[in-house]
Amino acid sequence: MDPLLEMRRITKTFPGVKALDDVSLSVREGEIHAICGENGAGKSTLMKVLSGVYPHGSYDGEIVYDGQSAAFSGIRDSEDRGIIIIHQELALVPLLTIAENIFLGNERAARGVIDWPRTFRETEGLLAKVGLREAPGTRVGSLGVGKQQLVEIAKALSKNVRLLILDEPTAALSEGDSQALLDLLLELKAQGVTSIIISHKLNEVRRIADSVTVIRDGATISTIDARGGDLTEDRIVRDMVGRSMENRFPDRERRAGEVVFELRDWNVWHPEQRDRQMIRDLSMTVRAGEVVGIAGLMGAGRTELAMSIFGRSYGRNIGGQVLMHGRPADVSTVDRAIAAGLAYVTEDRKTLGLILEETIRRNTVLANLDAVSRRGVVDEGRETEVAEKYRHAMRIRTPSVFQKVMNLSGGNQQKVVLSKWLFTQPDLLILDEPTRGIDVGAKYEIYSLINELSAAGKAVIMISSEMPELLGMCDRIHVMNQGSFVGELAAAEASPQAIMSLIVRE
Amino acid sequence: MTQTDSARGAGIGIGAYIARHIREYGLLFALIAIMVFFQVVTGGTLLRPVNITNLFLQNSYIIIMALGMLLVIVGGNIDLSVGSVMGFVGALAAVMIVSMKLPVGVAMVACLVCGAAIGAVQGYFVAYWKIPSFIVTLAGMLVFRGLSLWLLAGQSIGPFPQSFQALSNGFIPDLFMVGRPNVLAMAVGVAAVMVLLWLGLRGRARNARYGMEDEPMGLFLLRNAIVAAALLFVTWKLAWFRGLPNVLLSMVVLTVVYVFITERTTIGRRVYAVGGNAKAAKLSGIRTERLTFLTFVNMGVLAALAGMIYAARLNTATPKAGFAVELDVIAAVFIGGASMAGGSGRIVGAVVGAFIMGVMNNGMSILGIGIDYQQVIKGLVLLAAVVFDVYNKNKEA
Repeated sequence: MDPLLEMRRITKTFPGVKALDDVSLSVREGEIHAICGENGAGKSTLMKVLSGVYPHGSYDGEIVYDGQSAAFSGIRDSEDRGIIIIHQELALVPLLTIAENIFLGNERAARGVIDWPRTFRETEGLLAKVGLREAPGTRVGSLGVGKQQLVEIAKALSKNVRLLILDEPTAALSEGDSQALLDLLLELKAQGVTSIIISHKLNEVRRIADSVTVIRDGATISTIDARGGDLTEDRIVRDMVGRSMENRFPDRERRAGEVVFELRDWNVWHPEQRDRQMIRDLSMTVRAGEVVGIAGLMGAGRTELAMSIFGRSYGRNIGGQVLMHGRPADVSTVDRAIAAGLAYVTEDRKTLGLILEETIRRNTVLANLDAVSRRGVVDEGRETEVAEKYRHAMRIRTPSVFQKVMNLSGGNQQKVVLSKWLFTQPDLLILDEPTRGIDVGAKYEIYSLINELSAAGKAVIMISSEMPELLGMCDRIHVMNQGSFVGELAAAEASPQAIMSLIVRE
Repeated sequence: MTQTDSARGAGIGIGAYIARHIREYGLLFALIAIMVFFQVVTGGTLLRPVNITNLFLQNSYIIIMALGMLLVIVGGNIDLSVGSVMGFVGALAAVMIVSMKLPVGVAMVACLVCGAAIGAVQGYFVAYWKIPSFIVTLAGMLVFRGLSLWLLAGQSIGPFPQSFQALSNGFIPDLFMVGRPNVLAMAVGVAAVMVLLWLGLRGRARNARYGMEDEPMGLFLLRNAIVAAALLFVTWKLAWFRGLPNVLLSMVVLTVVYVFITERTTIGRRVYAVGGNAKAAKLSGIRTERLTFLTFVNMGVLAALAGMIYAARLNTATPKAGFAVELDVIAAVFIGGASMAGGSGRIVGAVVGAFIMGVMNNGMSILGIGIDYQQVIKGLVLLAAVVFDVYNKNKEA
């Protein structure tokens, strides 16, 4: 049978980065095709090329859809041809009803006047198809995530979908909801809908996929056909992570001292969805001079863990105990957490780490303003000296500390965030994706800085989605999945395969 | 691009420096231009001693509230209730002093405490309940407008005893006993110029020590010469009327205090940080809610002070006092360069902005321009100032 979709030799370049390099993908009519790959491998970029988010002409290569060459200039074009993409972050309006959401932008109307009876009638039909027993007039915001996902699929069906793309559809769903969704996909398949599903959960992939394409570092590694019988999780894992490990990490003398930080039975619930537990009975220790990694995929709860420890900046109903140097520590607010010796370097430096409109100098001292002040009056000379000291120590490339941080490169911005936290003289540094979005040279410098910190006896927790980085930098690695640690590995004996296997076998 | 700019740092030319700080210089230039314009078209009435004195008396309460409003706006909020609060506290002062015959000092302290309490209630809802300040203070605006009507029973209450009137209409006696010209006023003018120059030079020395970029010397001298000339001119004129008004003194002292708070203290820094990026500030250990709360308490106290000054000036408390004044106050802050999004804006800008509004009000009244056209013109000036701001920001990016 001819393929419904063929993407041939797709190459997509962003300034300075080749996101996709000669990727090919072939999807047969009526199958469920899974795409697997690590974070940042290029899966989402590929789907954005397909759906026209990146319009024709902004990439190289060819898309053949339904026997014709396709040149989508926007998402509207691809939807007209029956290609519907459902993103990980659902695009529903919570305050509107199910019916309104399904026909949003596609209203059942005559001359601008909405035909409500028809809208509701058709909605009921669609809801029956996806197996959602809710009244069409129900507000979407009152539904759980699983049901919202079904509304999204109903919406896709209303547009006469031929090729349905789902980006991590089960990442935020409970076990029961996930099963129901997978069953629905199989049913749609029986009705002739072709699906592409991006997923990290290999057990789910194995259950429903007819074939799997593995993408790594922006290139197609393999396409595996389930009918051939070699669709095993081991095979997929090997293809996902099998990259060569170069010597991209500075050496460090590993010498662990006393236990600095200890977390006992930590539990955290989602701030809005009251019945959703984000962190479950988690315990860990970090010694002085030790770098402990936390591996896991997006949504595993790593950032939530870090922020809930750091002054309860995330979640509710937080339970458990934090000990610093063996004594219980009060980390109930951010300023108390800082006083207890904690520092948290956020993964999102622009929204959570920096005041972009302000200078390097002011950002550097922000978390420890009292250290450069006397009786509430800032000593600007002292402030400048501190900022200059860190500018040199961190090798921030800028003519002066009076530059606004928004004019700095990503790597230099990250160094300003690090400066800010080092100036609080922490005992434990939690680094959340410390090298995200910065270039290779700056990464090496950040790694060297981390090594210097651990050599100086700081305890470091490093959260990262880049497995080579964790393997190259850490002493021990906790593997996290769905709010729990599912395994602990000594970095010396860990391998990307070992980590990935722990993640995908929940 | 900005990086290469400051690489040249100190050697930068005057033109380029002005271009980069066009907002600050533009504001000063606009004030001068507006004053010159009205001086000419009013045939010299604008800068007559009695009118200069009036300018201060008429605008003092707006300037005082603009100081608090700047902090509220820098913190990322807005306060629409200040006009009503001001009217309410004026009425409260009248009831306590005129009707209940309480001692003036006691009543004044009670009024300030009342203002703080009003600010605390509104700040509580904004900071801890996360209710948008626009809504909370819109409610406050209605509530306190209604309460002042109720307090005054729809009547005006007055007159006030001399000691209370002095808050607004009093003048500082000439310590040198000359009377006219008032030697104290002139001496204060000279002293102020010297202090400004000394502070300016000291700041330059400090900036040079830390390698901070600074305005070119020529520009520094020119700007200070203009400011000094204006100061000496104003104090000289005042000296030929009745000397320094009390209210000018409170205004100047408050302005200096708030400049210091915003630019030199940790609490000022933190307010800017909260307005610039509340999430990042919170994750840096700043107690953002408490700061927001405090900006509203501060606003309430200043609105109370403004209410008393206004009542003292009219020598009566009327139900209409403070009506729509919040708009003038907010306009002054935005003309002065603060950003609606929070995180930026300066006290000096807000004060100059208030003077721009004040001079326009005063000049147009002298010319006998109707209140209808006055509103239109003020509205257009506000829009022009903000458009100018946005235009410059886009050009920079």
